[in-house]
Amino acid sequence: MNWIADFVRPKIKKATSKEIAENLWTKCPECGQMLFNKELEKDAYLCSYCGHHLRLPLKNRFEMLFDDGKYKQLALPKLVDDPLSFKDSKKYSDRLKAYRRLTKNDDAIMVACGNIGKIKTVVAALDFTFMGGSMGTAVGEGIVKAVDFAIKTTSPLVIISASGGARMQEGILSLMQMARTTAAINLLKEKNIPYISIMTDPTTGGVSASFAMLGDIHMAEKGCIIGFAGARVIEQTIRETLPEGFQKAEYLREHGMVDIVFERTEMKNKLVKILKLLLNKKD
Amino acid sequence: MKDNEIITLEFEKTIAEVEEKIKRLKQVEAGEGIDIGSEVDRLQQKSQRLLKQLYTKLSPWQKSQVARHPNRPHCLDYINGLIDDFEPLCGDRAFADDMAMVGGIGSFRGQSVVVIGQEKGCDLESRVKYNFGMAKPEGYRKAQRLMDLADKFKLPVIAFVDTSGAFPGIEAEERGQAQAIASSIERCLNLKVPFVSIIVGEGGSGGAIAIATANRILMLEHSIYSVISPEGCASILWRSAEKVKEATEALCLTAQDLRRLGVIDEIIAEPLGGAQRDHNEIILRVGDVIARHLKELSVHTGEELKRRRTDKFLKMGRHLAKPE
Ligand SMILES: [Zn+2]
Repeated sequence: MNWIADFVRPKIKKATSKEIAENLWTKCPECGQMLFNKELEKDAYLCSYCGHHLRLPLKNRFEMLFDDGKYKQLALPKLVDDPLSFKDSKKYSDRLKAYRRLTKNDDAIMVACGNIGKIKTVVAALDFTFMGGSMGTAVGEGIVKAVDFAIKTTSPLVIISASGGARMQEGILSLMQMARTTAAINLLKEKNIPYISIMTDPTTGGVSASFAMLGDIHMAEKGCIIGFAGARVIEQTIRETLPEGFQKAEYLREHGMVDIVFERTEMKNKLVKILKLLLNKKD
Repeated sequence: MKDNEIITLEFEKTIAEVEEKIKRLKQVEAGEGIDIGSEVDRLQQKSQRLLKQLYTKLSPWQKSQVARHPNRPHCLDYINGLIDDFEPLCGDRAFADDMAMVGGIGSFRGQSVVVIGQEKGCDLESRVKYNFGMAKPEGYRKAQRLMDLADKFKLPVIAFVDTSGAFPGIEAEERGQAQAIASSIERCLNLKVPFVSIIVGEGGSGGAIAIATANRILMLEHSIYSVISPEGCASILWRSAEKVKEATEALCLTAQDLRRLGVIDEIIAEPLGGAQRDHNEIILRVGDVIARHLKELSVHTGEELKRRRTDKFLKMGRHLAKPE
């Protein structure tokens, strides 16, 4: 971020295990520097050494996006938990409980509405900290409700993806959410209401192969991973090393899949600019 | 396909032994003119009995093996058996023709139709030619282009789904595999003609639903349809390839599971011992069921067909919890 930081600040490469356990420090996955959590939050989860975009908690992103950080969260209908009674090494129902405690959210999606650049907007965002942002019936429900609300209020829809793909523990029902969310987005498109897809780290599998790739405009956060198949699966299938920058946001733009790659600090301005232009709104 | 050329699955060993005995006896009979007909009859009855015992209670893992059986009829077998005057059409008009995604026009019992489907191939050479039924973005864009054609000329669409999944590779990612699948699902939803999809073998994840977002989804009795392969699920959730049977059971991927979950509309019964044992019979049955569904759908206008399909998928997997 700050070019001067490199030599005026001593680099901290290590933290004691006690300090990490106390949640004081986070290691930058890009440059390996230890970042003080309090500072990291103030810096919008950007590495102060290399500018790497670390994952931004949902609430922080909402505060960045909505005017004055103010928004209303939409209540979502409660669906049957664990429709397949799925169990691997652990029961899925127990996993759900644990993630609900951890994230204080019911599932991997939050839907909110409020003003963004004075434009009333509906935002649905996937929470990577809840089972990798995976899409099951609850995430599908959230997208459908977000679309409903956007249509009802004639507000643009923004979906912020961060997901490893389908929720395997919901089997075929999670696969069906690809068609379900696509059907919902279709309803929005028929009304000519703007839908901006914002992809963040990571946007892969069933989420990238459904609503995330069907936006009017595709925005992607700098350096984030976007793709259909996981890099490891590809390496195992073709037994070749992957090219530099493979499946990064910039690579997707280069190959025609993404319109805009943005730095987090300019996310809101870019979004407001696009919404205003699409809606032909003047200040 | 002759009976004695069928590859034996591991759980079919007892049947294979009986069938081998029958084969030997028949050779003796042919060679030496001795009458051992009654013994052959007895063994044939035994093999039928064993088949019935096995196939009426296949485990999900055994069904997965049957669904992937190399001797099962594949997409092109159904096309050859059911579609008259079939004319294969090629290419996505942008990049290439994807052999894994077969498509074309033809006549189904007197009605012109558009047919799409993944072809897995039946021997090493053809498997390579069809890329093992794993389509690339150009395959999903070819499917969309053929759906455009169907809409324009008001032709019903029939899709034969049989794929382990969309191809995972560098070039597929570069050309937008995710976007190609997403827009193919979208194209399915926008069709204004009757659309029937049949999972004839393996319905593998996004690569399958890309051409299975239909008015009617049908599955063969021993076919599977899943969000991830049992092997993939075992390695991710159990972190062990050996847990593949557990993963298969947990995923609820059999036709019977999907019917119970309200995902599919009908199960098409297979001949005794699976579709691989009697191609003609299963192809005929599939044809009859498709014809019935197309007839039922034909009473609706194009707009109605689209709206009904949309409503069907908007409700998919939506089971509201009872208020506490
Ligand atoms: Zn860094």
